[in-house]
Amino acid sequence: MILTKAQYDEIAQCLVSVPPTRQSLRKLKQRFPSQSQATLLSIFSQEYQKHIKRTHAKHHTSEAIESYYQRYLNGVGRNGAAPVLLELANEVDYAPSLMARIILERFLQEHEETPPSKSVINSMLRDPSQIPDGVLANQVYQCIVNDCCYGPLVDCIKHAIGHEHEVLLRDMLLEKNLSFLDEDQLRAKGYDKTPDFILQVPVAVEGHIIHWIESKASFGDECSHHAYLHDQFWSYWNRFGPGLVIYWYGFIQELDCNRERGILLKACFPTDIVTLCHSVA
Amino acid sequence: MAAVLESLLREEVSVAAAVRWIARSAQSSEDDPGEAAALSSLRPLRKEFVPFLLNFLREQSSRVLPQGPPTPAKAPGSSAALPGRPGGPPRGGRGARSQLFPPTELSSAAAAEAPSARRGGRRRGPGPGRERGGRGPGGLEEGVGGESQPWTGGRRSRGAGSPGSPSLVRSDPPNLSNLEEFPPVGSVPPGPAGTKPSRRINPTPVSEERSLSKPKTCFTSPPINCVPSSQPSVLDTSPWGHGLPPGCRSLQEEREMLRKERSKQLQQSPSTTCPTSELGPPLPSWSGNLTAESADPARVSSRQRLELIALVYSSCIAENLVPNLFLELFFVLQLLTARRMVATKDGDLEPSPGAPDSLESPLFQSVHDCVFFAVQVLERQFQVLSYLDKGTLKLLAENERLLCFSPALQGRLRAAYEGSVAKVSLAMPPSAQAVSFQPETDNRANFSSDRAFHTFKKQRDVFFEVLREWEDRHEEPGWDFEKGLGSRIRAMMGQLSAACSHSHFVRLFQKQLLQMCQSPGGTGGTVLGEAPDVLSMLGADKLGRLRRLQERLVAPQSSGGPCPPPTFPGCQGFFRDFILSASSFQFNQHLMDSLSLKIRELNSLALPQPEPSDEDGESDVDWQGERRQFAMVLLSLRLLAKFLGFVAFLPYRGPEPPPTRELQDSILALRSQVPPALDVRALLQQGLRARRAVLTVPWLVEFLSLADHIVPLLDYYRSIFSVLLHLHRSLVLSKESEGEMCFLNKLLLLAVLGWLFQIPTVPEDLFFLEEGQLDALEVDTVASELGLDGMPVVDQHLLYTCCPYIGELRKLLASWVSGSSARSGGFVRKITPTTTTGLGAQPPRTSQGLQAQLAQAFFHNQPPSLRRTVEFVAERIGSNCVKHIKATLVADLVRQAESLLQEQLVTQGQDGGDPAQLLEILCSQLCPHGAQALTQGREFCQKKSPGAVRALLPEETPAAVLSSAENIAVGLATEKACTWLSANITALIRREVKAAVSRTLRAQGPEAAARGERRGCSRACEHHAPLPSHLISEIKDVLSLAVGPRDPEEGVSLDHLEQLLGQLGQTLQCRQFLCPPAEQHLAKCSVDLASLLVADHIPVLGPPSPRGLERGQARRLLHVLLSLWKDDFQVPVPLQLLLSPRNVGLLADTRPREWDLLLFLLRELVEKGLMGRTEIEACLGSLRDAQWPKDFSEELATLFRLFLAEPHMPEPQLRACELVQTNRGTVLAQS
Repeated sequence: MILTKAQYDEIAQCLVSVPPTRQSLRKLKQRFPSQSQATLLSIFSQEYQKHIKRTHAKHHTSEAIESYYQRYLNGVGRNGAAPVLLELANEVDYAPSLMARIILERFLQEHEETPPSKSVINSMLRDPSQIPDGVLANQVYQCIVNDCCYGPLVDCIKHAIGHEHEVLLRDMLLEKNLSFLDEDQLRAKGYDKTPDFILQVPVAVEGHIIHWIESKASFGDECSHHAYLHDQFWSYWNRFGPGLVIYWYGFIQELDCNRERGILLKACFPTDIVTLCHSVA
Repeated sequence: MAAVLESLLREEVSVAAAVRWIARSAQSSEDDPGEAAALSSLRPLRKEFVPFLLNFLREQSSRVLPQGPPTPAKAPGSSAALPGRPGGPPRGGRGARSQLFPPTELSSAAAAEAPSARRGGRRRGPGPGRERGGRGPGGLEEGVGGESQPWTGGRRSRGAGSPGSPSLVRSDPPNLSNLEEFPPVGSVPPGPAGTKPSRRINPTPVSEERSLSKPKTCFTSPPINCVPSSQPSVLDTSPWGHGLPPGCRSLQEEREMLRKERSKQLQQSPSTTCPTSELGPPLPSWSGNLTAESADPARVSSRQRLELIALVYSSCIAENLVPNLFLELFFVLQLLTARRMVATKDGDLEPSPGAPDSLESPLFQSVHDCVFFAVQVLERQFQVLSYLDKGTLKLLAENERLLCFSPALQGRLRAAYEGSVAKVSLAMPPSAQAVSFQPETDNRANFSSDRAFHTFKKQRDVFFEVLREWEDRHEEPGWDFEKGLGSRIRAMMGQLSAACSHSHFVRLFQKQLLQMCQSPGGTGGTVLGEAPDVLSMLGADKLGRLRRLQERLVAPQSSGGPCPPPTFPGCQGFFRDFILSASSFQFNQHLMDSLSLKIRELNSLALPQPEPSDEDGESDVDWQGERRQFAMVLLSLRLLAKFLGFVAFLPYRGPEPPPTRELQDSILALRSQVPPALDVRALLQQGLRARRAVLTVPWLVEFLSLADHIVPLLDYYRSIFSVLLHLHRSLVLSKESEGEMCFLNKLLLLAVLGWLFQIPTVPEDLFFLEEGQLDALEVDTVASELGLDGMPVVDQHLLYTCCPYIGELRKLLASWVSGSSARSGGFVRKITPTTTTGLGAQPPRTSQGLQAQLAQAFFHNQPPSLRRTVEFVAERIGSNCVKHIKATLVADLVRQAESLLQEQLVTQGQDGGDPAQLLEILCSQLCPHGAQALTQGREFCQKKSPGAVRALLPEETPAAVLSSAENIAVGLATEKACTWLSANITALIRREVKAAVSRTLRAQGPEAAARGERRGCSRACEHHAPLPSHLISEIKDVLSLAVGPRDPEEGVSLDHLEQLLGQLGQTLQCRQFLCPPAEQHLAKCSVDLASLLVADHIPVLGPPSPRGLERGQARRLLHVLLSLWKDDFQVPVPLQLLLSPRNVGLLADTRPREWDLLLFLLRELVEKGLMGRTEIEACLGSLRDAQWPKDFSEELATLFRLFLAEPHMPEPQLRACELVQTNRGTVLAQS
């Protein structure tokens, strides 16, 4: 699951301009049968997010929004049951859930006196039943259940995966008899930055001292790893010293270059753990 | 001055008397009346003697040392003008003295001119040279690897009297002035070293109009312009004109006398010249033609004269009449290792071939003379030498010249070498470990607002990011701190708006500073004694660092000669540059405040008390600890003081002193009213009185070393310098009586003070001028008992750590051996290990009073470790006591508050009223209970302290001592805890109750139900259920298939659907991995699934092609869902969505419409109590509001009526219902 940069690039190459649908995923799995599905999905999702980040702006110009909205209106005018919005999104190479959001926002602007707040929109996306227009509600819902990279369901799945791995990690720590403070305990004490676990007694993993462990239920690619380094890992180091990051779905080998500096990467729970022995005086 | 030397040479005056005369202004009873008479007439010159002597020696040596300047620069103009102008302008004195030495005049024309030319150039532009490598106002050099700045060169160039260092002026190698490229070698004083002495070689006459712009023109001898105006008469009555013995009345006469003397000497001196014996193989030399000449004792000329001057010189050194002991030693070692003479004998004889005069002829006529003189001096400095490091001793003992000239000294050195305790020097790389986050000081409660808290959070990260980048890049060529990091730092500083944020940031900055650069080299932390100690302290988790350490061991250490300028080596550079780049007034002010506080705190830290009686092994163990603690405190103080000095004087620092007297006066007037950043004078006086000079002076020196040019002229600091000068003079190493300072303590102080006196900003004349005021500033040191000064707190390791420049001696000697550059870096650098431990808890300052006095007295005769143990225990138990109260009493009160609040909420309805008011009510009820804290706290301390003391003290501690120690510990701990508790318990209770109230109120909020009581999995659960994320993902796939678009062949198998619902059941029962959001989504997805089932929208795989589910299958699946909703979901299931227009609308698309499943579902919901009838009715009612096709509305209305018509039926009616539904459904469908 630890990929070299070259291996990773090969996979990423196949993901250019692939829509985030279950069909795409199926094909990807066939293309790379040796890689784990979770890893592939994670890479796919991250690549797609990078793609969306790059193109996000061009879909949000007022001209673009207007043109999408008109196309939507025309489409549903012809046939409200057809997957108008989803096809529109795929056609312009944008995430269906995000396209749904654009259209919904535009729709609400037209039909409500006050511009819709973000929370109202989020709530409607979570539960399209709240959308006053039945046709739009169906269209939005269709986009959301068909989008495997964005949308409230995907967010929830990601969150659940993250949580599940934290639980797994906690179990492993308990099993190894390593005492720790978890995020909640740290937050209760008023820590401003909280890794998943701080070890109350540091241990050595593969010869490196670690004070904390962060669980990441995703694949560690360059982009996300650098963002994590900046927002989280170095911040942890700044407060607690060196630590361990577990990318459960693997990572690019070359990124594991800060070991000496105090950030160690693993793709699984480490086996080579040395604990402090209390000398018998 | 020459006259004095002459009298000595003529043996009219004994050396002892002369030194006494120099050292003290008053006559001593020991003095022979004749001597006294001889000297008293010279009294006005007394102060000038030492500078004269030093200059004289430098002059002489530089003249004979091969690569030295051909002649010491003497202004030809002045030499011409002076002889005939006794009593003339002040500069006459200087000029006349210069004239004393015929060689000056007789040297070649080129030699005579060169210096003046050089001097001219120098005088015109002293600034740039001096501040070379400086960075504007913070113009201090970077002391990093190999980049040592020829500071002394800079100094030299500023020193008016010095014509340029020998090494700089040498003409043979074209760009010898580049000290980096041409490190001075053997015979030539290594650059910085050589340059330093040269500064005082040639006091240059300074014209009066320029005098103010060059306050430093003279270093060793007070130039006229620098002499306080109160003493003009002394200088006006030029020694050469008035009040002198008749023999000295005129220069001509004196010269005549000297000539005679010289001839006498020549006749007396044995002129045995034995053939030079090769003492060793030719040594490799740096420039190829610089092979060292071998020195031969037999070829020493005017032995007696050399002996005598060596004696005077040594006595001056011993009496601390010279500004810098180690500089003189360095000079002497240079003489010892002089390689070769340049001047020929003819040159020497030229001046007075017939009658060699004692002072007229060059003092050092050959390498033999130099070595002889050096060995003579070294013999008298043996005591100091014996305290040098093993490496230096070895090199000295192995020096063949030394062996040849004084086998006795060599023997003593060898013995000293063999007896020297081997020091294990282990260095840790700068600890890049970050300051850890401490909730007590760093959490939200310590900030005024959320914003401030979060801003600081970001700042901490930016700070370390900047630090890491610096670590990575600062050694890259072309990388510039300001360019690379400046704007980021300023952006960060710009966010520190609130004063409170500044103090937080400063705390972080200061802690990181201490953590990274406690040792002066910035290469590590503190001094540790022995290797085993290091290892035990390192512990397992430091092994990685040890490994890195090994890699760094090879790195050569840079140095800047025996008197390097103050630098910020290693990591210190980061902090210096950070301050400069931040250029934030607020930050600097907060930093100064913080540094001052920490300095005061550490300076007054109770350090080991004497334990002189007990010198067995055990106390030795203790002493290691004491020394270590002292070293850590001292090094921390030095670091802090250096940065305080840097920041405090930063606004005033400039490359040059003010150019005119008027300007200087006005600056002085301004500055004299600015109070000092830290009252260092008071701290110095306290330190001296408490006999803690060994702690106070080294950090004070660091502070002063960063002062600007004006500082030493300010009355406040002038008085400090006076005290320091006095102290310097009083530290006579040979005095070793009861109550004296320990030798190494003295040596440390001499070294740091000597270094300070050479700092460019310290006026050169200060050392020789201040003497007059000394008596007035006597510091009363008698009052205190034996303080730190009398304790052997300084060891060799600490000495070298504080004064790395002493290591220059070793380098000089080593370069002699290797014949290579003194900067080759071939020496193992001295390394100090670091520990991550802090500076130790500060013992609590207890209240005064008899009990405290008794406790003090009790500790007086106990080992210091006892006191530390007791204080430590008290400190910890006291602190734990507070935590204990918090965990017991306060926690109980919080629980009470919670239940009171619950009652309140029950009686007052859900919202419970205004939270602030609620809090007030609760606090008024609960805070009075805080009074119990004191009683409970006392009990806690009483219970816990004795055990801890017992565990930490040795077993043989007498019972009475033990119980007293326990009692004191209990008392101190109680005092500490109760002081805190009585002041803070109410606030603490309040704070905790407030948190509890807001917690409780939040729990009442809308989301509370979701978080309500949750069941865990059963005991037997092995957590093998499918993961929630997997299930959501699977259901999502089914939903997307059902919603479409889908390929014609796509579909779900019935088995898969059943399996999925089965898995959902398992997952909901095993709650190991389930978090509320996931469960909520599962609930919502299950409702969506049910709606799709009801509307028959799920494409089921199976022969022949995807189709709808059979009614019975759908109903079975709905049953499963119903039971999951009823029994397994712990979050609210959004069942009302089943009747949302969108989900009901799904039915509208199906033809024929099947309403039976919906009706079935509604009835079951009611049946299972999942939804109330009224709730369903309301949903159905609102459905009618939506816009539907006409036929659909009608069917919907029928369904509504049907549902309403059905009475609520218990179980047995189920079947009938189904039938009815089926019938009605069919009816509806057909209608």
